[in-house]
Amino acid sequence: MNAPKTYVQTSEAKAAYDKRWQRIMDCVALKQPDRMPTAMFCTFYLAKFGGISNRELMYDEVKATEIAERALLELDPDCYNPLVLNVAMGPVLDALDYKQLIWPGHGVGDNQPYQYLDREYMKADEYEEFIFDPTAFYLTKYLPRVLGIFDGMEELPYLPGLHYFRLVGGMRAFAKPRVRAALEKIMKAAEEVERFANVHVEFTNRMTAQGFPTSHISTSVAPYDLIADYFRGATGTMKDLYRNKDKLLEMLDKATVFLTKQTIAWSRASGHPVVFFPVHWAPDRFMSQKQFETFWWPSFRKLMINLIDAGIIPMPLWEADCTKRLETIRDIPPGKCIYWFERTDMVKAFEVLGDVVALRGNISPSLLTTGTPDEVDAAVRHLADNVFHKGGKLILDAAFGLPDETPVENARAMYRAARKYAS
Amino acid sequence: MTEKTEQEKHLVEWLADMNEDDAFALAKKMLLEEGANPIRVLELCREAMDVVGKRFEQGEYFLPELVLAGEMLENIGAIAKPLIKQGPGGEPKKLAKVLIGTVHGDLHDIGKNIVTFMLDINGFEVKDIGIDVPVKTFLDEINEFKPDVVGLSGFLTLAFDSMKETIAAIQDAGLRDKLKIMIGGGQVDEAVRSYTGADAYGTNAIEAVSLCRNWMGVAA
Repeated sequence: MNAPKTYVQTSEAKAAYDKRWQRIMDCVALKQPDRMPTAMFCTFYLAKFGGISNRELMYDEVKATEIAERALLELDPDCYNPLVLNVAMGPVLDALDYKQLIWPGHGVGDNQPYQYLDREYMKADEYEEFIFDPTAFYLTKYLPRVLGIFDGMEELPYLPGLHYFRLVGGMRAFAKPRVRAALEKIMKAAEEVERFANVHVEFTNRMTAQGFPTSHISTSVAPYDLIADYFRGATGTMKDLYRNKDKLLEMLDKATVFLTKQTIAWSRASGHPVVFFPVHWAPDRFMSQKQFETFWWPSFRKLMINLIDAGIIPMPLWEADCTKRLETIRDIPPGKCIYWFERTDMVKAFEVLGDVVALRGNISPSLLTTGTPDEVDAAVRHLADNVFHKGGKLILDAAFGLPDETPVENARAMYRAARKYAS
Repeated sequence: MTEKTEQEKHLVEWLADMNEDDAFALAKKMLLEEGANPIRVLELCREAMDVVGKRFEQGEYFLPELVLAGEMLENIGAIAKPLIKQGPGGEPKKLAKVLIGTVHGDLHDIGKNIVTFMLDINGFEVKDIGIDVPVKTFLDEINEFKPDVVGLSGFLTLAFDSMKETIAAIQDAGLRDKLKIMIGGGQVDEAVRSYTGADAYGTNAIEAVSLCRNWMGVAA
């Protein structure tokens, strides 16, 4: 497999890159940057920007790369999410026979975004099995349920305990037709994933050479959200708060340990210190403050502290309204994190957290999709005046990135206004 | 409801307090061993759900409690309903009809399900037509069910256009004046209400109940 292409960075581009990155790092360190930085996060907005269908964006990596570059050069943010990696993954999802998503050309219309299928991928009576040996559970249960290429791996024997001549006999499982077929499919799909990863790396190399840093490369997950979103399902986990409380707490402890190991490894492999956490189940309205402080926050806080100790900068995106959680989530070492808020009032977030974390966000999606450029300009000015110019270390962005339907003139207005009111 | 026995009080209390095991065991014993009137048991469940709804409105309960309460009700109902001998004449009169669904293109349903549950326990007759509902299905269902209120749900930003399109089709079909339309979901706010042409929006299930009550002239 060919190594990803590298590009030469001119001294001017290096200076621009360093300046952009320094703004973000100043915010993290709670120092005043030379001006209010901006971030760009988008997925299918690129299809709108480039005038192609969502399906083309997912399946035509050449077009996706070209549009992503054009959008970045035009909107000129200080940092951006790994654009190509997040969208042009149609062939990879096909290769893996990925079952937790439906996407354009595979279950939804050509101009719809991909959507996650919220299901119970682990049953309530499987907690103990998972907790005892997560790796075995992954290999023989979870992966065959979520990736079609693992179909057959449920026939693997239980590996711990194999020893001496039992090791010899244990190898017979790898001759089973369904196991062999799975292994062959896995190797083939892995090559496609590797090829696609290089497309992503080439794109970021190309943008680095032009002076644009990424906001993050790796993504991780809060322990509760891992279980609620990807194992037990949203309502399954809600019921577990009553029915399987102790097992849930035990799985949260276990998940904190392996998510720490995995997140550190991925961050180091990516060479990027910031790790993004889309936070789904923390909002005020989802659970009581007591449940939040029992089930949600302790494991996530522990994970963040472990990562901070390893030199990583956690960047949770606190989705929906988390106003009631602000005092609780303040309990984190100062100058180490970026807290990105969606619907939480940013002025209020600044008042409670301004001396602890950098802030990111949060121009409203309804305004961006249905408002006018003047209204977008006024919303940016409001945040610049009431947060950044009052000492808040704000990285300006849309509430959860640019909504897919944002008219191009509104996206332009947001970044233009951010520069206009930046210093 | 007539005076409750100690046992009946326990059932209401345990259900309302999320004591699922004891509540279910008691309901089962009453129904299957003691020959309790199944309609009476379902009335007790409904009373417990009223308490759950009030605790939710007061900020004591949240989504996990509503989800669990809904499932407890369903499990007891599964035992009680086959035991009902007479017709459903004892059912209290419903306040109004609400048709609810997630608009086309969007597959999210947690918020919609919670709104459905809260409207139901507050005395509305709710017909939930699911997720990713095409415009034509909404029109067909409105013609057949004749709702007083239509609730359009959506979590993704693409739902703004789907809601707008659905409401425009309801208007074009001449059905708009006969009903009220409310919208709700993660990103919905006044800007979206105005964009879609809905009568009102809500950011949670309590607001949905209030809107329906106000439109139907029911005191809270």
